Amino acid sequence: MNRFGRLFLQAISYAAFAMTVGYFASMPAYRYADAGAASVKISLSHAADKVAPCVQLTQEEIAEFAANMRRTETCERQRLPLFFEFDVDGARVLTIEAPPSGIWGDGPSSIYERINLDPGRHRITVRLRDTARTEGWDYVKSEEVVLEAARYFTITFKEATGGFNYR
Amino acid sequence: MAKLKSFFRILFVRAEYAFDMAFGQKCNPLSWLGSLGWYFFWIVAGTGVYLYIFFDTGITDAYASVEYITNDQWYAAGVMRSLHRYASDALVIVVVVHLLREFSLDRLRGKRFFAWLTGVPALFFIYLCGISGYWLVWDELAQFIAIATTEWLDALPFFAEPIANNFLNSTTLGGRFFTLMVFIHIFAPLFMLLLMWIHIQRHARARVNPPRPLAIGTAITLIVLSLLHPAVSQGPADLDAVPTELAFDWFYLAAYPLLDMIPGGQLWLVIVGGLAVLALFPWLPPQKPAPAAVVSLDNCNGCARCFDDCPFGAISMVRRSDGKGYETEAAVSLEHCLSCGLCVGACPTSTPFRRATEIVPGIELPEYPITGLRESTIAASSQFGEGPRVLVYTCEYSGADKLRNEGAQVITMPCIAMLPPSFIDFTLSRNLADGVVLAGCAEGDCYYRLGGHWTLQRLNGERDPYLRKRVDRNRVCFMRTRPGSGKQRQAEFADFAATLADLPPASHKKSRDE
Ligand code: SF4
Ligand code: SF4
Repeated sequence: MNRFGRLFLQAISYAAFAMTVGYFASMPAYRYADAGAASVKISLSHAADKVAPCVQLTQEEIAEFAANMRRTETCERQRLPLFFEFDVDGARVLTIEAPPSGIWGDGPSSIYERINLDPGRHRITVRLRDTARTEGWDYVKSEEVVLEAARYFTITFKEATGGFNYR
Repeated sequence: MAKLKSFFRILFVRAEYAFDMAFGQKCNPLSWLGSLGWYFFWIVAGTGVYLYIFFDTGITDAYASVEYITNDQWYAAGVMRSLHRYASDALVIVVVVHLLREFSLDRLRGKRFFAWLTGVPALFFIYLCGISGYWLVWDELAQFIAIATTEWLDALPFFAEPIANNFLNSTTLGGRFFTLMVFIHIFAPLFMLLLMWIHIQRHARARVNPPRPLAIGTAITLIVLSLLHPAVSQGPADLDAVPTELAFDWFYLAAYPLLDMIPGGQLWLVIVGGLAVLALFPWLPPQKPAPAAVVSLDNCNGCARCFDDCPFGAISMVRRSDGKGYETEAAVSLEHCLSCGLCVGACPTSTPFRRATEIVPGIELPEYPITGLRESTIAASSQFGEGPRVLVYTCEYSGADKLRNEGAQVITMPCIAMLPPSFIDFTLSRNLADGVVLAGCAEGDCYYRLGGHWTLQRLNGERDPYLRKRVDRNRVCFMRTRPGSGKQRQAEFADFAATLADLPPASHKKSRDE
């Protein structure tokens, strides 16, 4: 092949390379979320009660420990799971049982969910149980909110500020 | 596995042929994929250093600083930004093609495992560098990457609290993760460089620079692309807004959309499992290696030519162990030797001009003894038919064994550089053929890396052992060819045969050694 033909083929090769790089570096666009939906994020990290209450030790039991290791009560390390419910307009959307973290099951339980809902007015109800009770809930929040399209609505939990928080 | 390999080989044979037409063998990009990878890495590193001057590493001002880079200083930093992005994308392309091509050529099996195995973690680092880089722009895409990555990481059982909480909404945004990404984006490339360096450790004289025309051509291509289609940011990150449609870099981010279909934990399994299986490819299935080169101390004078020529650093010169008057002797590492035979071609004692029926050179391959090569040469000389008698010495990878169909006698060996130049002299001076063809792999693409290069230097008298001056160069043809270049090979062969036909008949010359 003559020099001109070769240069022409090289130009085509480089152009094809540039087009491949340039195109796939930004196209085709990725549709991450439905532009017409609102996104609800639920995030909570909270330590439930221990599986059993602490037990007071007798004087004899305390005396059995080395002097620098003495303590007055003994506690189970393991925690209970968290029970969580999420309702929208009275209908159950999520039921989660979140186990405690850590190898010994002594860490906090965590819940993280992302759900798409139709925008507009909704009654959102969340319930959480962090104790050994089998009936009823330790924290409940139910409120009417307006969800906007392509906006995040976050539900978080902080025990210190009284429980659930909507934003 | 074998079928997959041959499928890719067929594709590559065609592509190699096409690129030979455009770039010539010497600059065929497919022969320089590894070097192009290095080249793009340096472009990314160089442009990255420049961009860092203007980049604000705090999460609140990062976006504005990237906007300044892109818009206010479009002519310098903006071009650098585009080059930074496009060279990173080009890096992914050449690395993936490099991996597929080495796989198709089987250049990963057995003792060649090292480069493959060290290349697999390098893939991980390429992605770590790329993804952390997109994060730093702190635009909508970065926000998507931050949320998707942390949610994906949360699928692993490592974190007591979901790390995605860091990006829950605008009130929870902190600079902690961003600073971490800045560090990762600086240190991951350094680790990658270290891995790239380890990757080529078993290659003597590793090629890390592409030929100049290819380097200039690719640089111009990337600059033109940067000017015509500059890399830009998307809208600023807003953790209260859902990014819905994103301009997406599929070279780096293709795994993310899969998270819409597969749970994060399963995708980790697919990726980590896939990389683990990839790392095992050199042993799938296990293969018995060819016996390594063997040194015969009685014939080794410690000249170190084999040491200089071994492409895989398999030979070391060690203190003499047999009490002979030489300082050193050659020692072959069984783990590194790929039985290519380049050392045999380099050894001055590998000569067919010897009286003894059994020739034992200083170093040779047990499967391809020099005595056998001499016998094959003599035997081939009695097999010629009509027309010029052409003896072709070739390697297993050039495809030149097909020259049999053109009436040539063909002797095959692992690499053309295994042939000591004295064999050419032997063949012609003994009138065993009218002409000799040495056919090796395409230029710059030797299966054993340096075979073609050393052969040419030996023929040109630039590298020991030389082809003797008395050899008529008109009767010697060095052909660099590929399996897919049959027509060119035939044409080159026909030209050579025609030249031979015009020469006066060859005569028997006596050698000094006889
Ligand atoms: S056969 Fe090849 S790899 Fe082995 S020692 Fe000789 S030149 Fe090196
Ligand atoms: S080239 Fe031959 S003679 Fe020289 S050191 Fe190697 S084996 Fe010995």
